[in-house]
Parts: sequence; C-alpha cells; structure tokens
Amino acid sequence: MFHFTLILKNTLRNRRRTILTVLSIGASLSLLGVLMAIYKAFYLAEAPPEQALRLIVRNRISLAVPLPVSYMNQIRQIPGVREVMISQWFNGVYKDNRDPRNFFARFAVEPEKLFVVRGEISIPEDQKRAFLAERTACIVGRPLAERLGFRLGDRITLKGDIFPVDLELTVRGFYEAPINSEALYFHQKYLEEGLPAGRQGQVGTFVVLAENPELVPAIAAAVDEMFRNSTAQTRTESEQAFSLSFLAFLGNVKAFLFSIFAAVTFTMLLVAANTMAMSVRERVKEVGVLKTLGFTSGEVRGILLGEALAISLAGGLLGCLLASGACAVIRMGPAVFQQIRMLSLGPSAAAATVALAVLIGLISAWIPATAAARIPVVESIRHTG
Amino acid sequence: MKIPLAYNLRNLLVRKTTTLMTGLGIGLTVAVLLAVLALVDGLRLALAASGDPQHVLVLRKGSDSELVSNFTRQMFLEMRSHPLIARDLRGQPRASLEMVSVVILERAGSSEGINVTLRGLTPVGIEMREGLRLLSGRWFEPGKREVVVGASIARRFPEAGLGSRIHLGKADWEVVGVMDAGRGIHNSEIFADLNLLSADNNRVEVLSSALVEAVDDESVPALIESLNQDRRLNVDAIREKDYYASQTSSGAPVQYIGTMVAIIMAIGSSFAAMNTMYAAVARRTREIATLRVLGFGRSSVLTSFLVESVALSLAGGLLGLLLVLPLNGVSTGIGNFVTFSEIAFQFHIGWRTALTGLALAACVGVAGGLLPAWMASRKEILTALRET
Repeated sequence: MFHFTLILKNTLRNRRRTILTVLSIGASLSLLGVLMAIYKAFYLAEAPPEQALRLIVRNRISLAVPLPVSYMNQIRQIPGVREVMISQWFNGVYKDNRDPRNFFARFAVEPEKLFVVRGEISIPEDQKRAFLAERTACIVGRPLAERLGFRLGDRITLKGDIFPVDLELTVRGFYEAPINSEALYFHQKYLEEGLPAGRQGQVGTFVVLAENPELVPAIAAAVDEMFRNSTAQTRTESEQAFSLSFLAFLGNVKAFLFSIFAAVTFTMLLVAANTMAMSVRERVKEVGVLKTLGFTSGEVRGILLGEALAISLAGGLLGCLLASGACAVIRMGPAVFQQIRMLSLGPSAAAATVALAVLIGLISAWIPATAAARIPVVESIRHTG
Repeated sequence: MKIPLAYNLRNLLVRKTTTLMTGLGIGLTVAVLLAVLALVDGLRLALAASGDPQHVLVLRKGSDSELVSNFTRQMFLEMRSHPLIARDLRGQPRASLEMVSVVILERAGSSEGINVTLRGLTPVGIEMREGLRLLSGRWFEPGKREVVVGASIARRFPEAGLGSRIHLGKADWEVVGVMDAGRGIHNSEIFADLNLLSADNNRVEVLSSALVEAVDDESVPALIESLNQDRRLNVDAIREKDYYASQTSSGAPVQYIGTMVAIIMAIGSSFAAMNTMYAAVARRTREIATLRVLGFGRSSVLTSFLVESVALSLAGGLLGLLLVLPLNGVSTGIGNFVTFSEIAFQFHIGWRTALTGLALAACVGVAGGLLPAWMASRKEILTALRET
C-alpha cells in the first residue's frame, strides 16, 4: 500500500540532491538539537537529589551586599531546617588574573558543616581530617586540581579584592562531587580573622539544608518573611533557582534561544520545500504515467510525501548524531554554568528533533505533492519538463 | 569572452520561486549573524562612549572592578594633592571619591528586577563628567536622600521616574532628576550623595574608587605610572576609557554562541544553494552547450555560474540586512559581569556589520556555486546538445 520500494527508488534517483538536502537539514537540525539540549539542561532538568535539599539565602538587594551573621541562628529555628552554613564567595586573585584559567570558585565555609550540607562531596578520610584540623587548610575539587597542577601540601596565595586580606592556604585534600566539582573551600574563620573590625560579622550567603525536598518552598518563604522588616531583607531560593538567576543575568536567554530556533526552523522549511518542489517539477510526466497505470491521486500524493519524509527523517537522524557529538564537545569546554557539565541530547530532545524533521518533511511536500497529484493525466503526459 | 551578467540575473528571475526560497534561507542566516553583531557592536559603542581620555580611575591594588575595590578615604586623601592632578578654578583638585554598589530595582507586582549600579559621589564627580547633562529636574543636594537616575533607567522603569520614591537599602530616596550621558554607561546608573550613602551602608571609610583628572592629555601616563609605583598608596590606576573598554567582554558569550549558530546555518545554506545551482545547471544543459558553440570558453561558463550563485546569495544577504534593519537603535540590556549590573544600550548596525553579513552571504554563494559551476564548465558540447 505504501509503495516503499518506489519511494526509496525515487529518493535515490537524484542522489546528489538527496544527499545535499539531507546534509542541509541535518546541519540545521543538529543546531536545534543542541538548543533543545541546552534549554532542557537549564530550564527543565530536575535538581539532582543532593541539590534539591539546599537553599541559598542572600541579601535581597544584591549578592554584593552582605547579611549579618546573626541571621544564622534565627534561620536554624525555622521548622524543617537541618543545617545552616556560612558560604562566602571570596573572589580574589590567584597568580595573574589576566589569564582566565586562573579563575575558579573560592568559598569560605564552615568546614565541619561542609560535609553535611554538601553531603555528595567525597574525600579520603585522612584528607578530611587534615582539612578540619588546620585553620589555613583548603580542599580543591579534583578536576580543578588536575587542571592547575595542585599537589597535597602546596601553598596557594589568594590576593583579596572584595576583602582587604591576602590568604595563604595549604592544599590538604582533593574532593570529588557530581556537581560543583571545580571549587576551592577554605575555613571561613581564617578569612574572618584577617578582616578589619568593620568588615567582620558579615556573610555573603547562607546555605540551608532542608529535612526533605518538599519543605524547600516553605522554608524559602519562612526565611524571607522572618526578615521582611529588618534592615537587611533576604532573598531565599533553591540552589537550582539561585544558579539560574545568573543565567537570567546574561540577558533574555529564553527569547534569544527562541528567535534562533524560529529562524533555523524556517530556513530548514525553505530548503526542504525547495527540494521537493524541484523534484516534483521534474516528474510531472511520470505522475501522468503512474496515473494511467491505475495509481489514484491519493496514492501519488502519498508517494511524494513519503519521499519527502524519507529525506527529512534521514536529515533528522544525521542531526541527532551531530547534536550529540556537539553536546559532548561543549561538555568538555569551560563550564561557566554547572548545567553545561550535564549537557546531553537525551531521548526526549532526540525525539523532538526527529519529530520536527517529520513535520518539516510533511509541510514542505504538502503543496507540491497535492498540486502534482491534481494535474489531469492528459495534461501531465503532454508536459515537457 | 565574458557572458553578460544580465543572462544570470534573468535566469534567476525566471526561476523566481526557487530563487526566493534559496535567497530567503541565506537571508535568515545573515540575519542571525547581523543581529548578534549589532548587539555586540551596540555594547561596544556604549562602552566606548563612556569615560574621558583625560580621566584616570584609581582602584585598590588587585581589584579589577569598582564593585570589588576597597578604596579607603585615607588613600584618597593621600593622593588627592598629586601635582599631576588638575585643579578647578577655585584651586580644588579634580578628584572624586566614589562608592559603587549594586541595587535591585523591582517592578511593582513582579519578583524579577534588574540590577542597577548605584554610585555615590560628591558634586566634583558630577562636574568632572562633562558629557553628562540633566534631561529634567535638578542634581541631588548633598545631605539629602535624593537621587538622579540615568535616562535609560527612567525610560525602562516608570517606578523610578522623576518625582517618585525608590527604596535603596535602608530608606526611601526621592528621584529629583534624570540625567543623559549620550550613549555612555551612566545612563544605566543611579547617582546619590556619597556621604549619606556610605553612612547608610556602614562604609564611611572603605569606599570603591577615585576618579581623577590629569592636568593635560600628555601627563595621563605619567600620573598612572606615579600612582601605580607608590607602594604606600597600594593602588591600581588605569585610564577610565580602558576600564570601560575591557567590559566589552560581557558580550562575549552572546557573540560566541551567535557566531557559531550563524556558521552552522551558513553550512546548511551552502548545501541548499548547491542544490539550487545543480538544478539550474541540469535544466540548462543545452543552453550551456549552445553558449560553448557560440564561442564562450569553459572558464566563461564557470565564472558565469559562479557569479549567478554569488548574485543569488548576495540578494539573500541584502534581504537579511533588510530584515534586521528595524533592530537598529532598539534598546536592550545585557548583564555586565564586571559591575554585576545591567548595561542598557542600543543595537547598532554599522557599515562594518552590514559588510560582514554580506561577506558571509558571498561565502555561502561561492561554497554553494563552485562545484555546480565546475560541472557546467566540464560538459561535453555534443553530448550536452543532444540532451533533452
């Protein structure tokens, strides 16, 4: 009924054109595939279980404005809160800040709480003890340590910029973690000691660990409500939402993705429609012959649509292949955002890519196929292409 | 002998549907590239328009932005009377101690706000910024909770318009003026009284930066050198112009992603153009043979088809340019990773941007047309004439 052989033969008749069209659609679809993967990674991904329990409390005005340290005990009183940890972004300069490779995240934290709040961190027991015991110790994520060539016992100098203090740290351990594995953690007390009296007792962010994930929204609301009438109001978000707020900062990312998406899809539609129109135009006479042989208009249209579908499906598969390759390349690049580390096409985005290919195939061929099927037999046989 | 261009143009017109579809495909590719370049160019222009060549920005040593610099009042007092710093008519140094922080302006009824740079300064700081003028209202009075907002903030945030009150940190401040900095970055800032602001923030001694003016253009390097060398001061001095120019990097992610997208789209479009050109060659096999019989050489045929492909792509490129042109001058904002706040600026499509777009179109035309044109030029006259 579907005349598979005929469709296949037709597809392969002008091989060069078929290949070029498949390549063209494949290139565009790979782009769409990557865009969908990015969208999925940023906006649709579920927080990993360890992250789903965490909230970040910061000053409502901006990250640049600190909160009083006294908030910690008040936050701990809120039902459902298991632990509260100071987490201070210490910007600073390592070696030469003109080389972007020397930039990495440096957090001043409370070491004894770190392994509770960030339970996913794994570190050898002796290294953990060494880190806890020494005030000037720090631990570094293994991928970061390998990149910068740190070894146990190395001394690192971080020159302060936000904080008027230079830190001398000793590397006492390497940790591994599924997320945020490229950071350096050190003792918040050590930072506090070096600060002038006017700058002490201030905290950039608190990391809150909830008893269970369902309580997270309630805790966020409770924290913000608690400090609504204080001089320093808070903004509390899940850790995932917090990291997304940096993305929003880049500008209207969603609108950017959508406009590229629309432009690419439309371009692809034009390419496919053009190809189909060309191949149908060459074949008007043949359509007449098919009809004299007893093929109905519906069957003729089905054959032409099938051809378009075959081509665009091939393009879709090629696109998926290229897109998963591109995702792998992007994963290895610099991770400005954690989500990039988990970028992959995945079954849902791959399915969406192929579905889009099918849709493009059908839409592009609809008009030429319908028109060709409608031409009366006598007229089409007389046609000189 | 050269085949006339009109031959190609007419051929394109005869197959108008195919021409249009291929051209539009290339046009959209060019449009994506142009939109991204216009964004980055607009950002670059806004930053290039900021700062004065005679001004030097002084930060605490090791800081690369005003926001993280802890510049103390003590440092300021020590450097203020430097002989290379210009003086005004009253004999006062043209040096402005400033405090920079970031505030969030929230839209009524929405939790999403934008980050805005809040700059505390004294009257000398306003005097020094000569490009700055008031659009409406007046400058704030020292010692009062009054602010002047940049023009683009007033435009985008009616809540921060003239006469309204905005909440900054501890208290409400009244908007008493709207300032215009031309294309410059102060359009996205809020100015307030330094002393009141630093007191509110418990930062009376530790501020952000100093802006100083050199006595003349020639002494700028000497002033910078002398401030940087002073170990007691412990500061980094940099030309104000250079400080802003370095922030152009905020547009880098958008530029990188957009250019990659445009390149991939261009590859796709090249295949499409190739398809179209192969079809054109196939349809005109006898015509090509006829041209050859008339005495046009293989190279003329090759050139002719290549020219046709490039003409098609350039037409597409022009279409893309037309599509993007309405974007010229449209205001937008982008997060600035140096100041942690948003810079407002306008898309800008200059000659350079437009030519880059057309160059991309021409590349697509050459890439798509070369092989078909080669095939056309290789056809054997006798076989080609016999083809139907």
